[in-house]
This record gives sequence, C-alpha cells and structure tokens, in this order.
Amino acid sequence: MSNKDNWPLWEVFIRSKQGLNHKHVGSLRAVDAEMAVENARDVYTRRSEGISIWVVESNNVFASDPSEAPELYEPSDSKIYRHPTFYTVPDSISHM
Amino acid sequence: MKEQDIAILEQKFQEKIDNDIKIEPNDWMPDAYRNTLIRQISQHAHSEIVGMLPEGNWITRAPNLRRKAVLLAKVQDEAGHGLYLYSATETLGADREQTIDDLHSGVAKYSSIFNYPTLSWADMGAVGWLVDGAAIMNQVPLCRCSYGPYARAMVRVCKEESFHQRQGFEIMMKLAAGTPEQKEMAQDALNRFWWPAIMMFGPNDAESKHTAQSMKWKIKRHTNDELRQQFIDVTVPQAELIGLTIPDPLLKFNEATGHYEHGPIDWDEFWEVVKGNGPCNKDRVDARRKAKENGLWVRQAALAHAEKKKLRKQAS
Repeated sequence: MSNKDNWPLWEVFIRSKQGLNHKHVGSLRAVDAEMAVENARDVYTRRSEGISIWVVESNNVFASDPSEAPELYEPSDSKIYRHPTFYTVPDSISHM
Repeated sequence: MKEQDIAILEQKFQEKIDNDIKIEPNDWMPDAYRNTLIRQISQHAHSEIVGMLPEGNWITRAPNLRRKAVLLAKVQDEAGHGLYLYSATETLGADREQTIDDLHSGVAKYSSIFNYPTLSWADMGAVGWLVDGAAIMNQVPLCRCSYGPYARAMVRVCKEESFHQRQGFEIMMKLAAGTPEQKEMAQDALNRFWWPAIMMFGPNDAESKHTAQSMKWKIKRHTNDELRQQFIDVTVPQAELIGLTIPDPLLKFNEATGHYEHGPIDWDEFWEVVKGNGPCNKDRVDARRKAKENGLWVRQAALAHAEKKKLRKQAS
C-alpha cells in the first residue's frame, strides 16, 4: 500500500459529561471529519465515556518544543508572588 | 550532534526515568529506546489484532444470544486495543502501514498463544480466563511504563480487559458445573491452553535478552519469571474452586515460600511456535494479509469519495 492510500490521522477530544471540558483521549485514522467522529464514537465511547466529540486533523496541531521549556516556563516559576501562599496574614483572620 | 552532547542528553534522559518523569513524544530519547518501544508496542498491537482471529472463529457458533453479544463486544474491544497501540507507535515516528507489513512478512512477531487453534466452545472460556488473565498480569505494570502514550493506552486497555477475563471464567465455571461431557470439554480446554498461557510471559529471565535494559528504562517493571509466578499463584486456586485440574503433575504448593512450584516448561515447543512452526502461524498471517489486500479497494474508494465531497463543498 502506497502512502497516498493512507487515511489522514485525527486527534480525538471527548467531553465526558456536561460541565466539563473536552479532553484529548487518543487518535485514529479517517478519510474526513464525519468519519473521524463516527470512528471516535466506536473506539473511545464504548463505555459511556463521553457525550460530545471533537476531532482535529493531527497536521493542524502545532506543538511547543520541549527543548524550549526552560525559557517558556521559567518566568512563571520565578514569580511566586502570584500565589496566595506568598503572603502572610494573621491567624485570627478568616475568610481570606 | 557531537558524541559528547549525546552523552549529556542520555544522562539527562536516564535521570528523568530514574525520577519517574514520563517521556513524551517530542522529548529527546536515545534511538535504542525509541526502537525498543516501536518493536514492543507494534508487536503488542499485532497481538491484539491477530488475537481477534481465534475468538472470531466462534462468534457465529456461540451457544446463545448473550454469549454471542459478549464475544462480539470482546472482539470489538481487541480491535480498539490494536488501534490505541498502533497510534502509540505513530507518536514515535513509526509508519503504521510499515509495522503492519512487517507482521505480514514475518519480520515482526505477535504473542505465540494465538498460533494455537480454538477447537471447542470451551476454548472461549479458557482464552478469556487464561490468555486474557496472563495478558492483564503483563499489562497492569505497563500502565506505569516510562513512555507516556504507551502507559495511557495501557490504562484504557486494562480497564476494558477485566471483563474479558471474567466472561471467560464464567464460561468455564458454567461448563465445569454442567453435564460430565461439558465438564470434560472445560478440562480439555484447560489442558490445551495451560502451558501455552504460562509461556506467554516469555523465556526464563536467564534467557531473556531484552529484560535488563527494558527494566533500566522502566519500560518493563517485573521480570518474566516474576510475572509467571504471580499468574500461577492466582490461577491455581481459581481452577480448584471450579473443580478443574491444572495439567501439571509436578505442581505443588510450597508452604515456606507461599508460592506454587511448577513442572518444567517445554521451551522447545515455545521456540518452534515463535519461529513460525506452531499449528496456526500460517493461517493467522494469511488471514491478516488477505484482510489488508481485500480491503484496499474499500480504503481507496472511501478516500476518493471524501475528496469528491470536499471538492463539491468548495464549489458550492
């Protein structure tokens, strides 16, 4: 089978119940979005795992580079004053 | 990349593994780690897919509608498990079709257990109880494997597989409590599947060439012999409970160790089946090859139809 016969790869996101966000669960192959949703239904929701499905063609996912992680995430690590525990308040204070 | 740089990357990689930090698809990893995973995960995927054949054999002859619905659901699960695993190999940069072609050309292996025939309905019981039981024993530690996508796939697989083992045991239990002929059928299935099932854990530790490295990489968490022992220890009492006899005259419980001791395993048979000379090796691979070849026009037609639909949508 030549490469041109390969079906595109899709990433599947499932909302497990109303009120929760869609979460990545895996991937599958399908010729188009409709088939990807049908296949996702069969593969990823056989045991009531979901009530809503998103599919995105994997080609369209742009991922951050793990080797750039230090530069990307260092600023958030160094700004500890963004967390409530940075501040001291008297023990007698409640509701804060 | 310079050799020195690779040495530093390798050291950092091993530190992550030692600290139980998962490796994800885009992270740097040694080629040998990547290749080991592609080999192991694709062979695991092939086992799920080839494993559908011995059970698919009985779908049309299941004794009643309940059993038929259950068997269909189980075989459908195995297809899903194959898909999760092929997807995991793709995250490592493997070409899925190539891994499948490797199965068909004999380059890639799959679990030898599926090269044994399923001769009676009781075999559906023995396969669920013993084969899925042994698979679960192998797969539960893989949920903690160092490679993220493999570990996540295994969590799903293990969740789904627990019903597989229970439905198999239920079949055996029913037959064992049935007429003398039914009980004999169950015993016969146990006799044929016991030894192949305990061989599923692979060669003895001393003979297993991949174990040490795989344990250092935390792909594997227990040795073959540890898992085999665990399987025997939990399964023997289950057989006793339903009045079936494990076909091993040397099997005995060692009070001091708290473990069962078993008779010698016929490793010549194991290696013969691995080499392709088991009772069904040729049938299994032929069936998979035929499925791919005969399905090609369907896959091409679906792709052509999708293209046409897209063009029509663009035009309107």
